[in-house]
Amino acid sequence: MSSVSGEVAAGASAGTGRKWQRRGLSRRADPLFLLLAALSGVLILLVLAYMVISTTGTALPVFTKEGITFLTGKEWSPSAGKFGALPFIYGTVVTSVIALVIAVPLSLAVALFLTEYPVPRRLRGPITYAVDLLAAVPSVIYGLWGVFVLLPLFLQPAADFLNKYLGFIPIFAGPPSGLSYFGAGVILAIMVTPIISSMCREVFATVPDSDRQAAYALGATRWEMIREVVFSHSRSGIIGAVMLGLGRALGETIAVALLIGSRPVVDASVLRPGYSMAAVIANQFQEATGDHIRALVAIGVVLFAITIVINMAARAMVWRFSRL
Amino acid sequence: MKEQAPDTQAMNSPVASSEATSGGTRVYAQEVAPPVTLSVAGVSEEGRATGSPAEPPVFSVRNLSVYYGKNLALKDVNMDIRPRRITAIIGPSGCGKSTLIRCFNRMNELIPGARVEGEVLYHGENIYAPGVDPVVVRRHIGMVFQRPNPFPKSIYENVAFGARINGYKGDMDELVERSLRRAALWDEVKNQLKKSALDLSGGQQQRLCIARAIAVEPDVILMDEPASALDPIATTRIEDLMQELKQDYSIVIVTHNMQQAARVSDETAFLYTEVDEATSARWGILVEFGPTSRIFTKPLDKRTEDYVSGRFG
Repeated sequence: MSSVSGEVAAGASAGTGRKWQRRGLSRRADPLFLLLAALSGVLILLVLAYMVISTTGTALPVFTKEGITFLTGKEWSPSAGKFGALPFIYGTVVTSVIALVIAVPLSLAVALFLTEYPVPRRLRGPITYAVDLLAAVPSVIYGLWGVFVLLPLFLQPAADFLNKYLGFIPIFAGPPSGLSYFGAGVILAIMVTPIISSMCREVFATVPDSDRQAAYALGATRWEMIREVVFSHSRSGIIGAVMLGLGRALGETIAVALLIGSRPVVDASVLRPGYSMAAVIANQFQEATGDHIRALVAIGVVLFAITIVINMAARAMVWRFSRL
Repeated sequence: MKEQAPDTQAMNSPVASSEATSGGTRVYAQEVAPPVTLSVAGVSEEGRATGSPAEPPVFSVRNLSVYYGKNLALKDVNMDIRPRRITAIIGPSGCGKSTLIRCFNRMNELIPGARVEGEVLYHGENIYAPGVDPVVVRRHIGMVFQRPNPFPKSIYENVAFGARINGYKGDMDELVERSLRRAALWDEVKNQLKKSALDLSGGQQQRLCIARAIAVEPDVILMDEPASALDPIATTRIEDLMQELKQDYSIVIVTHNMQQAARVSDETAFLYTEVDEATSARWGILVEFGPTSRIFTKPLDKRTEDYVSGRFG
């Protein structure tokens, strides 16, 4: 080996021609592509950094002026120069939690139905396609559909029903409104279910069939097999899917703005109107001036921070579960 | 019953030993087969070598045919599986060996479109009768697969799995130890029961799968090419283990390795593929079934003779 490469090196150094070199553009293609790829990567980092710095910079006066009360203050009156963002943070968290409470079981059921049960092929295809299609519907459509169809048909009656029979629990206190945390949460659930379920479906499909067979051969029922084999295989994947859905729910703007009721208060009852971070930015940005704009940007910064924290938590959980 | 077996086996008379083997099957020894009838058949040398013919079979396969969708996969199989014997199913690829063994614990119906005709009598009861729950069937009949497939859980949890889902109320630690000992794995893993089963070697994993099957306390263990993914040393250990296990369990093994069938089994079933010239449809048939020594030395059928002498397959 060494003698052969020695000969080649000797030949090249002796200048025996360019026989062993590529010619023309192809010679520079690899380094060129490397450069482009590296630039793109760096560009993304720069954009992200610029976004964080410029928004934080814009919002800084509000942060310094309001201090911690920006996060804990309940009063939001731009005309009086009071900027307490708690109602929006609260609304975002509450609607997202409601969305996940509804969407996670539903998504798991859909994914299990499509992967673990002998659904006829003629049914499986269309259902799978429909679920994936739901993820592609623009959110303003969900919002409008929510307001004009779901609100009178389901949200308001459901809110009335919950208040009537469970009204003694503070979170279902009245007077009930369809335009509420609950209403926004339901529409968010419908929006994130396709995301979570199609990702869970992919995850379930990676469970080795031999493990399923092993469980069945030990006398497991289908449910026992799903619980012990499918779920235990898919824990980290399910968490990832849920976090992806949560990310969408936290940031969703227009559908929530249409259904949450736009009332900047902190209300313990999910059947009462409220507000969310993304919704208030979208609704008020147009007519805002001065400190009001800075305060809205500050809300954006907080939303960004929450999203990052949740993302990191999700990664940590996935990492922990994947090592068990 | 099982705990008594070693004591009675220590006795020397052929009658006593054949009684002892009958004692291993919980159902029969007490209810169906009185030892008196066994002593008649048990005395002859032939009877002891291949299983006393008078002892009722664990499985009686009657006119069994299996279809996948419209395709016939296995045609009209009839055979008896004797208790506490190793029965090997051999034959060329695609002749329905795996299909046949999966009929014994109703695993075929997990394949969409699979359909079974005929009867498989387990201790005289048709496991394909209406109203028989396949889940309950599988709790009586253990199975070990071609590739070791322990769950991605700890060694302990793998063995406890079947017992847990079956609502085992006894001492789980004791059951796990007993099962691992029975599968000749205890000494190797006793200090690392909490470790992931996936960290074991292939041979250890396969013995763990056997322990996992034993822990459900079946009386039959089905093995579908249990050593085909293992190296020769691990294969030998599995084969030795099978010889020990047949004291208590009836074992059915599918193997494409004729030497293995000849080494380990007491009886051998030879399956072969029949081809319909007109439609080129193929299905498996049972060509010959009998004591392993006879199948390999004096086969009755030309196709068996060609196969065991290595002329095809």
